[in-house]
Amino acid sequence: MSATSPTAGAGLPAAHSISLTLNGQPRRLEVQPWTTLLDLLREQLQLTGSKKGCDHGQCGACTVLVNGKRINACLSLAVMQDGAEITTVEGLAEDGRLHPLQQAFIERDAFQCGYCTSGQLCSAVGLANEGRAHSRDEIRELMSGNLCRCGAYTNILAAIEDALPACREGGRS
Amino acid sequence: MTPFAYARARQVDEALALRAGHPEARFIAGGTNLLDLMKENVARPGMLIDITGLPLHDVETTADGGLRIGALVSNADLAYHPEVERRYPLLAQAILAGASPQLRNMASTGGNLLQRTRCYYFYDAGVPCNKREPGSGCPARDGLNRIHAILGASDQCIAVHPSDMCVALAALEATVEVAGPAGRRVIDFADFHRLPGDQPQRDNTLEDDELIVAITLPARGFARHHAYLKVRDRASYAFALVSVAAALEREADGRIAEARLALGGVAHKPWRDPRAEDLLRGQPCNAESFGRAADALLQGAQGFAHNDFKIELARRAIVRALEQAASQEGTP
Ligand SMILES: Cc1cc2nc3c(=O)[nH]c(=O)nc-3n(C[C@H](O)[C@H](O)[C@H](O)COP(=O)(O)OP(=O)(O)OC[C@H]3O[C@@H](n4cnc5c(N)ncnc54)[C@H](O)[C@@H]3O)c2cc1C
Ligand code: FES
Ligand code: FES
Repeated sequence: MSATSPTAGAGLPAAHSISLTLNGQPRRLEVQPWTTLLDLLREQLQLTGSKKGCDHGQCGACTVLVNGKRINACLSLAVMQDGAEITTVEGLAEDGRLHPLQQAFIERDAFQCGYCTSGQLCSAVGLANEGRAHSRDEIRELMSGNLCRCGAYTNILAAIEDALPACREGGRS
Repeated sequence: MTPFAYARARQVDEALALRAGHPEARFIAGGTNLLDLMKENVARPGMLIDITGLPLHDVETTADGGLRIGALVSNADLAYHPEVERRYPLLAQAILAGASPQLRNMASTGGNLLQRTRCYYFYDAGVPCNKREPGSGCPARDGLNRIHAILGASDQCIAVHPSDMCVALAALEATVEVAGPAGRRVIDFADFHRLPGDQPQRDNTLEDDELIVAITLPARGFARHHAYLKVRDRASYAFALVSVAAALEREADGRIAEARLALGGVAHKPWRDPRAEDLLRGQPCNAESFGRAADALLQGAQGFAHNDFKIELARRAIVRALEQAASQEGTP
């Protein structure tokens, strides 16, 4: 148990220290209880690939992988991720090689403004890990947590369909 | 968000003790509803007690053939649990009809029961709302009420409970096991959520200092004849305007032996009425018997202008769901 330690500074509740594995790197961080995982990534760690579209779980732009599972980083407290393994869009490429989904998004022209793209990519990696999407309709349904304001859905769907077999073989998260 | 303190509990007793010592505190599980409400200043706890480390993550078969689901099992893990897919596919369907894959990975079984209404006025801390601030008024009655209740509403509140999972749990007659300072108790699902009456601030019969520890499903799962039908503004990732959980058991001659019907999106709680189910028992499966049950379930339905359409929509959805349930043969 880690109850609140003595109040620090300006009468605010105490910060907590947490350990994460972030894109393969072990990190030890001080976080305020009210800092979301998304704000930790973007504001404290300058990992601005994950986007803040709505900040209410309604768009999916903030999707990241926690222990291989996709979640909305905007509705998760950083302090509650102590011990977790987190992968953001910055961590998808390996040894300078794009993840098969990233490659497929380029080949299929699966974005316009790109604002939703990092969330789409992390969500699609989560989708591949889950192994529940076997048809176009299933991909559509299981990607419905990611909105694209530019309406690039057709090409996003095609890119994911292309890349799923490679994701299965590679078993990469 | 307003600053708050944070503490992590490892055991149920520890969580209850923390709660007892901190009246300003709230439990947090997946966080998908509570943090949303905190960002909108609708909820302003002074402290969050993180319960995700409690040992309530298991799904186990009970002595009498039912299934006991720990309060912290995620909505995704529950929907895809082999026993749920095989024996309670109605529950799996209802869960998968809700939210998004990301949210279902985060959301917990206990938290799903306790999610609050999506009424626009409840969510807007700048306007009156009897549920948020008792006695302040209900702008929804004469305002924008397209998503609001047609059954069981009161002068003070016409909000609906937004959960899909709970509609299936109501039809399956689950029970809710809770722990509090005075020990454990079990609440029938029908008695868990409540109608608004003159206390719309209370969504359910759980006490503030109690913790949900598990949900138990009885052995009867209606795996053969069931349907969860959800009608909404877009095909996915939207709350229900109307949803129906229908479950049947049929005799060898096709007549209905047992029936369960529950509605979502229409009331302050999942809506059931034993009279509607009685009307189905012993009847053949056809449009007449289904229509009679629908009329009985919707008896007393009342719209508030923008949501008048829900009454006819619900009637048709009930008939359609019963047709789907009746024609279904086993689980995929
Ligand atoms: C964009 C969006 C779309 C959604 N769409 C749908 C939908 O279509 N259908 C649907 O059904 N739901 C939908 N949801 C709601 C979602 O299902 C709920 O937010 C979720 O189930 C809540 O669970 P949680 O664990 O995250 O709860 P939390 O946010 O952690 O907690 C919710 C409440 O429950 C309390 N609590 C949690 N666990 C316990 C416990 N064990 N004992 C006592 N108190 C507890 C907390 O104190 C809090 O008051 C949607 C949510 C979002 C953000
Ligand atoms: S920013 Fe998290 S879902 Fe929109
Ligand atoms: S590419 Fe612009 S929002 Fe999706």
